[in-house]
Amino acid sequence: MIRPDEILLFSTMRNEKIRLPYFLDYYRNMGVTHFLIVDNDSTDGSTEYLAQQPDVSVWQTGKSYRRSRYGVDWLNYLQSRYGHDHWCVVVDPDEFLLYPFCDTRPLRALTDWLDACSIRAFSAMLLDMYPKGRLEDQPYLPGMNPLDIACWFDSGNYTISRNHLYGNLWIQGGPRARMFFPEEPSRAPALNKIPLVRWNRRYAYVHSTHMLLPRGLNLVYDEWGGEKASGVLLHTKFIDTFADKAKEETERRQHYAESYEYRAYAHHLGRDTQIWCKWSEKYINWRQLEILGLMSKGNWA
Amino acid sequence: MSLGVVMLVHTAFDRAEEVARHWRASGCPVVIHVDKSVPRPVYDAFVSALSDLADVSFSRRFRCEWGTWGIVAATQAASEQILQAHPGVRHVYLASGSCLPLRPVKELIDYLAARPRTDFIESATTADVPWTVGGLNAERFTLRFPFSWRRQRWLFDRYVSLQRRVRFRRRIPAGLVPHLGSQWWCLTRQTLTAILQDPSRADIERYFRRVWIPDESYFQTMARQYSTHIESRSLTLSKFDYQGKPHIFYDDHLQLLRRSDCFVARKIWPHAQRLYDAFLTDAESAMSKTEPNPGKIDRIFAKAVDRRVFGRTGLYMQSRFPRDDWDSGVTASPYSVFQGFTELFENFEPWLARATGARVHGHLFAPAGAEFADNQTSINGALSNSAVLRDYNPEFFLTNLLWNTRGERQCFQFGPGDTQSVNWRIAKDPNAQISVISGAWAIPLFRSNASFADLRQKAATLQKTESEHLNVLRSAWTKARVRIWTMAEFIEAPMEPLQTVLDEIGAGETRRLAEAPRMVDLRGFGQFLQNLKNQGMHPHLMGDFPVDDLPAHQPPGRAAPRPYLVR
Repeated sequence: MIRPDEILLFSTMRNEKIRLPYFLDYYRNMGVTHFLIVDNDSTDGSTEYLAQQPDVSVWQTGKSYRRSRYGVDWLNYLQSRYGHDHWCVVVDPDEFLLYPFCDTRPLRALTDWLDACSIRAFSAMLLDMYPKGRLEDQPYLPGMNPLDIACWFDSGNYTISRNHLYGNLWIQGGPRARMFFPEEPSRAPALNKIPLVRWNRRYAYVHSTHMLLPRGLNLVYDEWGGEKASGVLLHTKFIDTFADKAKEETERRQHYAESYEYRAYAHHLGRDTQIWCKWSEKYINWRQLEILGLMSKGNWA
Repeated sequence: MSLGVVMLVHTAFDRAEEVARHWRASGCPVVIHVDKSVPRPVYDAFVSALSDLADVSFSRRFRCEWGTWGIVAATQAASEQILQAHPGVRHVYLASGSCLPLRPVKELIDYLAARPRTDFIESATTADVPWTVGGLNAERFTLRFPFSWRRQRWLFDRYVSLQRRVRFRRRIPAGLVPHLGSQWWCLTRQTLTAILQDPSRADIERYFRRVWIPDESYFQTMARQYSTHIESRSLTLSKFDYQGKPHIFYDDHLQLLRRSDCFVARKIWPHAQRLYDAFLTDAESAMSKTEPNPGKIDRIFAKAVDRRVFGRTGLYMQSRFPRDDWDSGVTASPYSVFQGFTELFENFEPWLARATGARVHGHLFAPAGAEFADNQTSINGALSNSAVLRDYNPEFFLTNLLWNTRGERQCFQFGPGDTQSVNWRIAKDPNAQISVISGAWAIPLFRSNASFADLRQKAATLQKTESEHLNVLRSAWTKARVRIWTMAEFIEAPMEPLQTVLDEIGAGETRRLAEAPRMVDLRGFGQFLQNLKNQGMHPHLMGDFPVDDLPAHQPPGRAAPRPYLVR
């Protein structure tokens, strides 16, 4: 039973059992009280694991991830059904939300403040994290904090343009653009995300959590020089589980643009590639990211 | 019990209860007003929770909507009740359910007892307060506001503009001078009764009912009528952001709040357990006589508002994306662009780095890739030198570079052979210092070994490109600091312009040019230009060069003489 002011988390996943213990605890500690998860045909026991958790509701589907527009349709349905008038976090199991003061204030403090300011959507850019050295060198075990392994990031090579159709910003760059798309930066994945929304059944995510309808929800940025409050999604995709994933997903061809991304990864990472470079920045805390200009406190103090 | 507390409560009843108990524990009578829109069962539960306390009572309930009269009516009723029921009360403190006493209540009582005639109420005339929201300053008092700002915003706005259009003005009751100030005050019995028993209270009320946000003006105006001694400040620490919403205090503000020495703070986040634990304990009556000093909190919140309104110049990110030409600064810090210098001088880049201490890059916009200082393949922020990545969004390449290296002056070379797509962005950037020796692109051609037909072709293209760039730099929209010399002009006296440019970079500290950069050997350059002319290509950007060699006082190939002004 979901109570009126609970903060909900929606996610879709496939074969992520190894990540689940840490993932669930991370968001529980933050103040998420219920998880609604779509399991896309996992074969590693994720479903059973999730079903054992007291605060997780899990839906199973064997249908095509691609034809559900990469899970968006599934989650839009669940959100309209259960998320109405709740603050909803929509993240993947390898994404960890950071918001200003997240080390001292629970997520409820943020959502209360957003409510008081009549802000409905909170932006958190995807920040790709990676380890120093080869991915395979440091094995990830259940319950581990993936940031202990993947604790490096690119701090200042992102490009932004405005999407005039939906009004959102389109952010690209980071290690994926630098490593995997050096010849075709326009195909590099989008990093703008709006994962925290005070949901209404009339809302819908258009493409992953990159943009929303109605379009007003995408105006998470200030156009007159000021800074709105924003966070970061630490993306811990690049750990030792990645190579297998890339291989599998390339064969399944269920991801965006015919798994182009995964193919690029598989192509590059087959060969002993290092994402780390001399100018990589080591992650410390959210304040560091605030100073670097990757997120902002806005007028929350 | 010289101090009585009026509490306005509409939410977080468990916290309100704790605070009421805290006031009561120090002997202060409390009268609580609960918003009428609170459902009956919730209200009843709250009343019964506090029923064990003597001298805590509840006043008649009004509907309190922000910006309307209800809050004032509630305050009036509760104040009347407390003054009547507790004749010993000398000061009435108006607080809310989300207020939190920071110092022992005893200290507040002593503080007030030492100032028995003083009314603490922030109260300023409309002309003097900048903090009103929505542009309604004096108009709060001269227009009518029958519509709710929260629920009927459209009607509210239309009605305001209609009244403006027909030049409607309400008459302010005779003798009243409108004052504004924080809603949270502490008034003496004398002043408060005088306000509440004013013979023309009905008329005044009728007027204030249609004033915008009367809770910030009714008592503030009336106190000016009756008080003998007003201290125009609130004893409640309460900060507002740029939208007029109160800032909220959280657990991590504990030390700040402690050090503020304020008596009461609002508003406290109801779940800030540490704050309630820390401040609602029975502190041994420490007799600190310090005056409230909220300076540090003021600065933190002022900074937060600044960040929201102005942001960090030169930063482009997910939640700050200024429209083109809106932001006053395009980039994060000043930088210098040199065009033609590295062509004219053999060792210009290392020389410049030595002379200025700045980071000196080669051609950042070279077609083959960015030439970072020290031949690095990437630079701060993991910014790559790849031409493809750079040209995907060259403006961001520039703004990223300057954001990533802020704190260190950046210099780079530019020329007509480079990608020209950022020309406008740089020209419109007040942070850019651009120095151009026009026509110097001809020097590498002159020194190259290529066939003359190719050279002629190249020279024509470069000249056209540079000429277009110069038009940009000379346009009316240019905000950069631009200096353009023709090549002929520059080599007449190269040190003087160099000194000027470097002085500007040094910003304050005047570095003396100990050594000059080495100019390339230009013997035969005049003839080279003449050859181009003979081929029908007219090189004009470099100025006039005689066909024979350079003037005798400028022996080519040797270091230029030291400038005359070096001391």
